[in-house]
Amino acid sequence: MVNRIVVGAHYGLKDWIAQRATAVVMAVYSVLMLLVLVLVQPGDFESWRGIFAHGFVKFATFLFVVSLFYHAWIGMRDLWMDYIKPTGLRLTLHVLTILALVGYTGWAASILWRL
Amino acid sequence: MSKRTVQFSIYRYDPDKDERPYMQDISVELEATDRKLLDALTKLKAKDDTISYRRSCREGVCGSDAMNINGKNGLACLTDIDELKQPIVLRPLPGLPVIRDLIVDMTQFFKQYHSIKPYLINNDPPPERERLQSPEDREELNGLYECILCACCSTSCPSFWWNPDKFVGPAGLLAAYRFIADTRDQATNERLDNLDDPYRLFRCHTIMNCVDVCPKGLNPTKAIGKIKEMMVKRYV
Repeated sequence: MVNRIVVGAHYGLKDWIAQRATAVVMAVYSVLMLLVLVLVQPGDFESWRGIFAHGFVKFATFLFVVSLFYHAWIGMRDLWMDYIKPTGLRLTLHVLTILALVGYTGWAASILWRL
Repeated sequence: MSKRTVQFSIYRYDPDKDERPYMQDISVELEATDRKLLDALTKLKAKDDTISYRRSCREGVCGSDAMNINGKNGLACLTDIDELKQPIVLRPLPGLPVIRDLIVDMTQFFKQYHSIKPYLINNDPPPERERLQSPEDREELNGLYECILCACCSTSCPSFWWNPDKFVGPAGLLAAYRFIADTRDQATNERLDNLDDPYRLFRCHTIMNCVDVCPKGLNPTKAIGKIKEMMVKRYV
């Protein structure tokens, strides 16, 4: 293959929006969670579990972890794009990052609904 | 300010003679009338004529004498010499290949500038006198058209350091928005398409080094934000 610089992948806007949207989700969740912790002041395992027994808390926490992982995906991809130049190695790292983050999402869900 | 001696530490590199770059310590005596860094460089050049740098208009219009001054990019002709901490450390603009001493190869920078088609695209037959704009529409171009392409901003941008071949850089993106914002231009969609790329536009992570160094006081970050805003408007 000739060594020409190719740009023009025509994506990026959705990720840019997603990064901001997920940041808002994480910020709102953090504030809400802080409020809950101040109000409930959980001292033992049972009171912690009580917080997460609520359907809404499960829902919000799941949204938070999904936002976190999606946010992390864009951040990690940007890191690989900046510092890893060989295309093959970069693609491999992209795929490994996606696999790890998808795995984490499932793991987080299973932990949440186990509580 | 009276006569005074100013200490310098200057990046020197002549690829024909030097194996690697080195810093040269040199001092120069200045007259009371020497106020700007460029005045001192002129004196330095008289003392050691092998010191190389670009200069032309000496009043912040041509953008030739951009360099890294005490760690921050700026124009020598607009920088007050007495406000600089000594020894004054002068290096070439970071991230671009050095041709000699403080002179860098700007090819990559101008390539990016040309890639955004920095000219008005309008396929209508030109009117008898000129293409008119309302004063409000013209207002939008303020803070955009004044760019002198000195490259202070792009060469202070880490995203441009890592991907100078793919990221347009703050100067290019400011110019891109100058034409996107121009109501006389008809290629807005093509211009947005041209920038809709993870590298070309979205390498900007809004760290605002560009705003910090711009000797003309322009705000490329704001222009980049407006490009993104237009893309969102087009998309949703």
